[in-house]
Amino acid sequence: MYPSRFRYEAPATVAEAIALLADANGEAKILAGGQSLIPMMKLRFAAPAMLIDINGIAGLDYHHPDADGTYRIGALCRHADLEKSAALAASQPTMAAAAPVVADPLVRTRGTLVGSLCHADPQGDWASVMVSLGGSIVAQGPNGRRSIAVNDLIDGPFQTVLAADEIAVEAVVPAAIGTRAGGYLKLERRVGDFATVGVAVSAEMSGATVSRAGIGLTGVGPATINAAEAAGSLVGTSLDGDALDTAAQLAAEAAQPRSDHRGSADYKRHVVATFVRRIGEQIQRSGQEAA
Amino acid sequence: MALDEIKIGGLGASRRRVEDNRFIRGKGNYIDDIVLPGMLHMEILRSPLAHARIRSIDASAAWAIPGVRMVLTGEMLAARNLAWMPTLSYDTQAVLATDKVRFQGQEVACVVADDPYIAKDGCEAIVVDYEPLPPIVNPTQAKAPDAPLIRDDKTGQDSNVVFDWEVGDREGTDRAFAEADVVSTIEMHYPRSHPSPIEACGSIADFNRATSKLTVYMTTQAPHIIRAAVALVAELPEHMIRIVSPDLGGGFGNKVPVYPGYVVSILASILLERPVKWIEDKSGNLISTGFGRDIYLKGEMALRNDGRILGVRMHTDSDHGAFFSDAQPSKFKVGLMHSAFSCYDIGAAHLTAQGVYTNKAPGGVAYRCSFRVTEAMFFQERMVQAAASDLGMDQAEFRRINLVRDDDFPHRTPWGFLTDSGQYGKCLDLGLEAIGYEDFLRQKEEARRRGRLLGIGISTMTEPLGAGNSREYDILGIKMFDSAELKVHMTGKALLRTGAKTQGQGHETTWAQIVAHELGIPAEDVLVEEGDTDTAPFGMGTYASRSTPVAGAAVAMVSRKIRAKARRIAAHLLEVSEEDIEWELGRFSVRGAPDRGVTIQECAIAAYSNMPDGMEPGLENNAYYDPPNLTWPFACYIATVEVDPETGVWDVLRVVAVDDCGVRINPMIVEGQIMGGLTEAYAMANMQFITFDEDGNCIGSNYMDYLLPTAWETPGFELHEVVTPCPHHPIGAKGIGECATVGGPAAFVNAVIDAIGDAGVRNIDMPLLPDRVHEAITAGHDVSGAPPVKTEP
Amino acid sequence: MSTLFEEVPASFGDDVPVRRVTLTVNGEQRAANVEPRLLLAHLLRNGFRLTGTHTGCDTTNCGACTVLYDGVPVKSCTMFAVQADGHDIGTVEGLATASELHPIQEGFKDEHGLQCGFCTPGMMLAAKALLDENPNPSEDEIRWALSGNLCRCTGYQNIVKAVMWAADKLGGAADDSDDGSADGAGSDAGEEG
Repeated sequence: MYPSRFRYEAPATVAEAIALLADANGEAKILAGGQSLIPMMKLRFAAPAMLIDINGIAGLDYHHPDADGTYRIGALCRHADLEKSAALAASQPTMAAAAPVVADPLVRTRGTLVGSLCHADPQGDWASVMVSLGGSIVAQGPNGRRSIAVNDLIDGPFQTVLAADEIAVEAVVPAAIGTRAGGYLKLERRVGDFATVGVAVSAEMSGATVSRAGIGLTGVGPATINAAEAAGSLVGTSLDGDALDTAAQLAAEAAQPRSDHRGSADYKRHVVATFVRRIGEQIQRSGQEAA
Repeated sequence: MALDEIKIGGLGASRRRVEDNRFIRGKGNYIDDIVLPGMLHMEILRSPLAHARIRSIDASAAWAIPGVRMVLTGEMLAARNLAWMPTLSYDTQAVLATDKVRFQGQEVACVVADDPYIAKDGCEAIVVDYEPLPPIVNPTQAKAPDAPLIRDDKTGQDSNVVFDWEVGDREGTDRAFAEADVVSTIEMHYPRSHPSPIEACGSIADFNRATSKLTVYMTTQAPHIIRAAVALVAELPEHMIRIVSPDLGGGFGNKVPVYPGYVVSILASILLERPVKWIEDKSGNLISTGFGRDIYLKGEMALRNDGRILGVRMHTDSDHGAFFSDAQPSKFKVGLMHSAFSCYDIGAAHLTAQGVYTNKAPGGVAYRCSFRVTEAMFFQERMVQAAASDLGMDQAEFRRINLVRDDDFPHRTPWGFLTDSGQYGKCLDLGLEAIGYEDFLRQKEEARRRGRLLGIGISTMTEPLGAGNSREYDILGIKMFDSAELKVHMTGKALLRTGAKTQGQGHETTWAQIVAHELGIPAEDVLVEEGDTDTAPFGMGTYASRSTPVAGAAVAMVSRKIRAKARRIAAHLLEVSEEDIEWELGRFSVRGAPDRGVTIQECAIAAYSNMPDGMEPGLENNAYYDPPNLTWPFACYIATVEVDPETGVWDVLRVVAVDDCGVRINPMIVEGQIMGGLTEAYAMANMQFITFDEDGNCIGSNYMDYLLPTAWETPGFELHEVVTPCPHHPIGAKGIGECATVGGPAAFVNAVIDAIGDAGVRNIDMPLLPDRVHEAITAGHDVSGAPPVKTEP
Repeated sequence: MSTLFEEVPASFGDDVPVRRVTLTVNGEQRAANVEPRLLLAHLLRNGFRLTGTHTGCDTTNCGACTVLYDGVPVKSCTMFAVQADGHDIGTVEGLATASELHPIQEGFKDEHGLQCGFCTPGMMLAAKALLDENPNPSEDEIRWALSGNLCRCTGYQNIVKAVMWAADKLGGAADDSDDGSADGAGSDAGEEG
């Protein structure tokens, strides 16, 4: 309940934040929403020497589509902003499905999507969503900016490839080929529970046919899982029963769940398969309704 | 003209709560809100291991931190003979570990500092060298021949068995089973659960060297018992100890026992001569303080083909953790487990029980339950469902056949309890009608044809509430009475104090209603105070749904003593003999001349200014009430659910509750108690439990793993009532606080088992997690939830 | 505290950084020197003695510490006091005016939306944020908005009713008030019902 001592800095610009990071030699943490970091500090699972609070940096709280359909989410865009966004609901079905089931409504007023990605919790919902969408983050460091696919960003539980002096300033969802479709299903026992299993399926449809697909899995491995083979099997199909069965099967095989008090490994694989099928059917139904 | 009892806030008025006036303004006074001058703060260092020998403790780095005032270890306590303390179950419990740690989360050291942040820094700086020992997390492991001995501190303790106990008629029960057409058996585990009030425990000990007086502000449901315990443990004179229990952020049984944090804060205050505040964090609360349940059943029922229950056999194995510190005052080792089947007319019954030590937190408490009654009624209703199913009988019909009939009271149960009143059949019928039983059975069949799984679960039970009567209860020899003191001031306003202690039940509101009912003094003119041992009369506190049955009865009795004196004053004022005085609410009048009368308020001023010759002045009195029997409320809970066969996830469709708790003092508050209880029942059935892995790690030691339902999952509740007054309670009331927590879980579990009935599954252990339900559906076998949890990949 | 004297902890070394924060609490400007690690909940409770903000868990689950941060409901145990610098904080103590309860407070009392009272301040502030945004919420919307706040006593049904009561009163001030509820919260001996 009582965090350890730390030095607190509240820079006014990204450049200042980067300079502070560089100074701290890996001992600093960025404070955005803080909804994962602060609980860990209260339990003293985390004790950074310095916190760099970026909440005072102007211009990072946006989320919007570019003209070409690329969707950008700033480092200070809160989950609640996404949950309540009509623009998001209209253009990003997978994200719109996930936004309301991240944590609880109060945590969502503070927590950020970019922060959640950088936290790299295998139970994090957003990482699976972004993996399914082929999303990336923009990391800014002393030498400028680089783009890192979310799939490459996370390299273990609570570990990312961000350099000690880099800060993630934005998340980016690429423009779709065709129409975006998708969904996120999360098995949780109550609001705010971590996912026993979370499944994100994103598809880009040309008519009734899948032109591109992605599947991300939450809570069933040491890190977020990119079920690429399962997703690939959907391309070119119309999400018919056989195609969904195949993808479901492949996604279950891609999962690396552990048995624990939330459920057995076999059960979690089964739920992965079930959710892949359910989201697929949902996409197919909504496609038919639209047609 | 007689007063309108509802208008003055008397019996039956849904009077809005007095205590809310401060709570809704954020002006409650909970333990952590209290600040004393010069106060220091204490934090506890806990064991990360479930079972380990302590090689050494090095606290030098903690002492060196600026702001740290004291580090207390077991060794320091041992020097003062305080390293161990006695428990309410005649065992001992470590205050701070000396030789070994025996569960994860056990108290190892305490740091006192200028603020809690620094105290926590101090805890982190302490280095403890542990030698790990193999942990035990269930009774099977505890009883294994090569099991390590957990309590090697106790001379003569050569196994991990705490007790063997039995009750009932062994031969008669054997005969019943020999005559049975069908024997129905079932095994299950009622998982470890935690009362988990949102506010954890805490204390502020303030020893004043100048006066030698010790004042302890403490989260306790039973302040007088604590005063006696502190006197015994700390060897301080009882009259120099004052326990003050401020507003409690919930209790549910968690705040009955004595915990090490209280004891060490007291010692620290004596040593430092400054107030020392200890506020437990949630993890500390969940990992170390009084849990509930954690008991295994093997149940058998002897049945006749026509549906009659001939006999019941039960064997329980209870897991008590590292110390037998159950906070239960019944005279029976497994509490009131043998109150099972009290609502059914069964021939014979026999119970055997064994308790064991394990490397888990101690302190089995009656989590919203009168001492194993929750387990008793859950086992009963799960056994009843299995029995009905074995006989191929309808669930409701099987119950109807066996329920004790209205004209059979008083009814002596085969285990020796005396139930005294009820309309069981009426409650069942009301519940079935409310849920639309026949309709639902049809819907269920239709749904099943379309691959959907609907289920309905019934739970009917009477339970012994209101600890207690002296025959069945005592605490260390003290009888389980309670008390009330009423002071009617000369202006007719009154101050009432009781030995109970509210934790949200609304005593400040309802006790005044009893006074209003008995004396006609408007409830708003009665101030109710509890929780301060310097002012409250000696009482046994609030738990086991005992406040209304015992303290509430004392309130009625003291009011009647006041009325008796007022009657003599009235006779004097009206210049007639006492026999010629008649009472109507709030007023005495002359028989045959109703216009000639005096109000209770007029009697009050006369008690101080114009009393009859020879009468002592004043209108104050007290009453100590030792109830002749327990109270026996009855309830019928029915839940309907839909199970997703693909994932095992289940949703509640409807919940109907029919409660007969006798006369309701404040119906609004009674309904609040029922809804709160149903929510905890739903929580236990669905998500809430504490378990352990093979290494003895506690899973469920914070709110990320120990799940309390939110407003979103919690179902809506449909409440109904039947009123059968308690024949021995002065105003006919029975306990209610625990009924729904006790009877509710079986309704949900029975509903899920009913929904998947075709799978041939008799039992899934609570909580009915989706993976357990899914396993039952797909594999067609019972699913155990007993620890350890398997965590392999 | 006197303006002439403020005790500072003797035990702090020079290396302990302390920052000055200035914030608005319930409309009033307040300032304090704080260590960065001090949680906002603790500044409110222990610094400003606004003890209506409770702390119930260590893991950002229970919501007993909910306050309004620039009007947005947040868990104040999961923000540092330094983060409140320059911001507007609303606590339960700011709900009522000197003479009048807020309708949410009245609703909680009238519908028996509390028992032990510990979760109540957080629950009411989450409800206020909801009603500020959505004056006429459905039962589901209320249950959803309050799902970051745990109550162990009530079973939530009466909390939902309390919020609806408040919504009615806030929105229906001009409407008919013939349900007799107007005096429900204020009078001690409310009618049955």
